[in-house]
Amino acid sequence: MHKYVLKRLLLLIPVMLGVTFIVFGIMHLTPGSPARLKLGEKATPEQIAALEHEMGLDKPFIIQYGNFVKNGLKGDFGRSYLSNKPVFEEVLDRFPATLKLAVAAMTIAVVIGIPAGIISATKQYTLVDSVTMVLALIGVSMPVFWLGLMLILIFSVNLGWLPSSGASTWMHLILPSITLGLSSTAIITRMTRSSMLEVIRQDYIRTARAKGVPERKVINKHALRNALIPVVTVIGLQFGSLLGGAVLTESVFSWPGVGKLMIDSIKKQDIPVVMASIIFIAITFSIVNLAVDILYAFIDPRIKSQYQ
Amino acid sequence: MVEKIKKKSQWREMWDRLKVNKMAMLGLGILVILILLAVFAEQIASYEDVAIKMDTSIRLQGPSKEHILGTDEFGRDMFARIVHGARVSLKVGIIAVGIAIIIGGTLGAVAGFYGGTLDNVIMRTMDVFLAIPSILLAIAIVSSLGSSMLNLMLAVGISSIPNYARIVRASVISVKDEEFVEAARAIGARDNRIILKHIIPNSIAPVIVQATLGVAGAILSTAGLSFIGLGIAQPQPEWGAMLSGGRAFLVQAPHVVAFPGIAIMITILSLNLLGDGLRDALDPRLRQ
Repeated sequence: MHKYVLKRLLLLIPVMLGVTFIVFGIMHLTPGSPARLKLGEKATPEQIAALEHEMGLDKPFIIQYGNFVKNGLKGDFGRSYLSNKPVFEEVLDRFPATLKLAVAAMTIAVVIGIPAGIISATKQYTLVDSVTMVLALIGVSMPVFWLGLMLILIFSVNLGWLPSSGASTWMHLILPSITLGLSSTAIITRMTRSSMLEVIRQDYIRTARAKGVPERKVINKHALRNALIPVVTVIGLQFGSLLGGAVLTESVFSWPGVGKLMIDSIKKQDIPVVMASIIFIAITFSIVNLAVDILYAFIDPRIKSQYQ
Repeated sequence: MVEKIKKKSQWREMWDRLKVNKMAMLGLGILVILILLAVFAEQIASYEDVAIKMDTSIRLQGPSKEHILGTDEFGRDMFARIVHGARVSLKVGIIAVGIAIIIGGTLGAVAGFYGGTLDNVIMRTMDVFLAIPSILLAIAIVSSLGSSMLNLMLAVGISSIPNYARIVRASVISVKDEEFVEAARAIGARDNRIILKHIIPNSIAPVIVQATLGVAGAILSTAGLSFIGLGIAQPQPEWGAMLSGGRAFLVQAPHVVAFPGIAIMITILSLNLLGDGLRDALDPRLRQ
């Protein structure tokens, strides 16, 4: 098992190098010189050239990338063009808010999605199942930003129950986390249902029933344990969508997270901040997926046995 | 006689199974209507004279006989804009997925067919792309290339390449050792002929399912990018941009935000219904 964990941890290194390479490469395509952006419109060509030299922008792409990685390893992702603060600090400051939002949304998705999927599967083709599936389908089809605005309209504007923006109290977390979590809830519901349906047709479930195990136990112990294995993978992948969706959700609710920082920085062409935000989110996503895969290896005896 | 014993083609078989699925047919029906709206948008409401014509004296009006879905913040007819928006969304969605299928499919086919180091290099690269949530990758691309319809299609398309590469690769691996491929090789067919004429046609089914769902995802991403101001520019009607424009008037005129969102939702719903139906129709385990 240690070998598996170690192997996966080591694999994270090339993936991270790849991610930084892609993001750096894409951002490198941005037209206009960062030195010009930093100095403003009035700068003379000499001033720009001098700053470009100082920033290392006159060097070939691959050297610039190498320097970026070298500094990045020391936690130095450059300074914001606007605030001149270290980018890493800015992103790190905003990160807890995004994490809080994503975790709250994921909690909603898991707490509602798994039970809903189980109920739907055990009552296949009944009214409960149909209603759940229609709701889930609507859930995956709804644009996250639209849902956010509609929730604001209903719960903040019309009913006045919940705040529509900001992040000072737990009340502020309710609407954004529902908004962000809804499509994941729907996806987890659908996945749990189909996985459960597959499992309850297996022979070992028939065996369990035949030997007189109570139905509750058949479902909760024999079926659920196996049905949840693919659901765990989906949860890990959904976390990535959540981090992506957080960008839109944060923008709707003015939630002070990395996503909002990124959008604001794009508008101001503050490239180092944009770059660091994307890299930071990608690293988080990779670590979560790694954790999920390791967890997966622990709960799925088929993988576990390969490494013993 | 030969005709009679000929096996039903896989497409015929798929259609037979699909047409009994009511939900899938509902999705297909809605989708056909949306496509017709998009194709005949100009005949339904003129782009120049209605969809982008501003008249601030009638701004933010609710639905009425003249404007069945009301007017937006510039007094433009919402219905006309939504109909023309269907054109933009479907076009961007389909072309983006087309880009992803062509590039991703080629990479996946090559990786699956040749295996070995080439497979490893391609698929590990795809893994790296998958580590960046696709909407973020699209945001990065658009913010760097600048926002235009072409860049939007590229961004959304590129960010979903890995999905198609994976699916095509898996599919190619599952058919490449079949007897008909061996037969083709035995009669001296070249690799690219084997891939294009024998392997791809037999491994395309899962790609179609993914493409249907993928267009839905691409439309959502496009709307999301436009919503945060990185998509299609005014005055061109795009659902996400319309929603974003109406945001400041959420309290006064909620319909400006509500209707484009409903249009997005109906489109995505129809594609999801059809995609789910196709998946079931192609699932060998569900065959009777």
